Amino acid sequence: MEPIEDELSEEGALELPSEPMRLNMGPSHPAMHGTIRMVIDLDGETIQNLDIQPGYLHRGFEKSCERGTWQQVFPYADRLNYVSPMLNNNGFAMAVEKLLGIKVPERCEYYRVILGELARICDHLTCNGASAMELGAFTPFLWMLKLRDFIWDILEEETGARMTHSFARIGGMAKPPTKNLERNVLDLIPKFEKTLIECEKTVLRNRIFLDRMEKIGILSKERAIELGVTGIMLRSTGVDYDVRKAHPYSVYNRFDFEVPVGHDGDNYDRFLCRMEEMRQSLKIIRQAIDQIPKDGPVSVDDVRVVLPEKPAVYSTIEGTIAHFKLVMEGIKVPAGQVYSFSEAGNGELGFFPGLRRQRDSLPRPLSASLLVQLERGPRDDPRRHDRRHHPDLRIREHDRRRV
Amino acid sequence: MSKLVIERLAAHFGARILETSDFRGDDTARVAADSWLEVAQFLKSDCGFNQYTDMTAVDYPEREPEEPRFEVVLAVRNMEKGQRVTLKTRVEDGKTLPTLIKVWAGADWGEREIYDMFGIRFDGHPDLRRILLYEEFEGYPLRKDYPIEKTQPLLAYRENAPDFSKLPPFGLDEGQPFGRISWQERLKGRDQQVSPAIAVQTGQRQALSQTSAGGSSAGTEE
Repeated sequence: MEPIEDELSEEGALELPSEPMRLNMGPSHPAMHGTIRMVIDLDGETIQNLDIQPGYLHRGFEKSCERGTWQQVFPYADRLNYVSPMLNNNGFAMAVEKLLGIKVPERCEYYRVILGELARICDHLTCNGASAMELGAFTPFLWMLKLRDFIWDILEEETGARMTHSFARIGGMAKPPTKNLERNVLDLIPKFEKTLIECEKTVLRNRIFLDRMEKIGILSKERAIELGVTGIMLRSTGVDYDVRKAHPYSVYNRFDFEVPVGHDGDNYDRFLCRMEEMRQSLKIIRQAIDQIPKDGPVSVDDVRVVLPEKPAVYSTIEGTIAHFKLVMEGIKVPAGQVYSFSEAGNGELGFFPGLRRQRDSLPRPLSASLLVQLERGPRDDPRRHDRRHHPDLRIREHDRRRV
Repeated sequence: MSKLVIERLAAHFGARILETSDFRGDDTARVAADSWLEVAQFLKSDCGFNQYTDMTAVDYPEREPEEPRFEVVLAVRNMEKGQRVTLKTRVEDGKTLPTLIKVWAGADWGEREIYDMFGIRFDGHPDLRRILLYEEFEGYPLRKDYPIEKTQPLLAYRENAPDFSKLPPFGLDEGQPFGRISWQERLKGRDQQVSPAIAVQTGQRQALSQTSAGGSSAGTEE
């Protein structure tokens, strides 16, 4: 077959007919991490129209949460985002504490910050690793997952479970920090920094990676705010909004850390923001390790909220009654409804708890609805693939006749 | 934190703000259902609440018949000043609310979810379909009177599904339909959920090339 000359005139080129194609992607598809279905109208490689149908994995958490006690919600909170369950645990505990109007001890706040930031690093490692893997860079994915496993080792030692910890309690934590926490975390830091630099070296200058990340999936600042996008997605567009800075909860106002902000709001900015946020999280953890009180309670001293110590349960009538009431009837909250929010791995995590029968907790990952906007966005992008300017796809008329 | 905003709302709308509260520091205003859209527009344009946060509903069946049953809750935030306001309104079963898409685009999926879970309709919503559940789902699961043990009926194959049962990349004799198989057919033993090639071998179905050549289209089971 003879080569096709590049300087072929437009008249000599025959366009392939481009009819929009309807593509049904998912609910089970190798590239759909999770069960979600998209009906896509494609023109070449450009998406014209997109209908997203989530819900194949809808498990009715809110309905299930309504019938249990408040403490029984933690396993569900874990599963809202199984990559960073500690952040969801903390968020839900904070929501009920806000409703109750109680304040947890300082040691608990620091402990929650440490575990939560470790979970945030896990979340970003997974996200960045997977996005590199989707573009064919498998090596950084494996490195990052290995690192995530080191963090899970720490979390396992602290909480007893690798993924779904259910470790936070309303008014405190299930257990105080272990003796090894400080050493484990300090051991992790050099490994972490080394891996992150290696991963960055692998992908950040890579042409394949850049072509698919830079100026792709752009979300504008105004659109992101109006849509209620939070987290990395919002910060990558250049909006400086991190719940930890904007509405400092827990003890976040005592730490020195920065909020990385992007510029273009494209995939590449999001990747870089996550990378930097992991380093900032590590910075927070380091400070929290220094500042955490070495002893003291990790739960509030209130029998109406926190289960009594086991020796008290078995040897005193007050302890037995308190235990029985908490387990059988659960915590009693005052009438009312609050909105409690914290910064989770993927953005603002909000809960709307109300009085027991009217409870409705709502963490809402908006990322899927966002996808509609994202997929529609690149149409205006000058870098989009255009068949006519793609030399490989031109067919000269006489070539065609010969066939 | 944003008490002034609530005061401003009360001054501007007067009696249409039915109730305000600052329980645990959350500034909340309950508005009459007919001024829902107006208050939202005022919040966005005059008070600068440009960030949509969340929208949901709560079911209080015991309030009936004196008060409407549902309470729709909207949380918005002012990006510049960092203020947050929760807006509530009450809706009766069967009544509708105006959509807020024109005000905050993010309300799109929030309203679809409220419709899906509680059955509250929004006037003017361009695409009010069920979002998480499927069209044939019976009832609205987050209503308090929906029993948690309730099961849903099995569905027959969607005969009139507009586009999705057979999609362009798949010709008539390749691929499989995306809809569920008909359980009546399965009971009869005419289960066509196997791949066409196997179906032909096991006699469940004729090769389509033969069908188009003029053969009969009936199943070959009997």
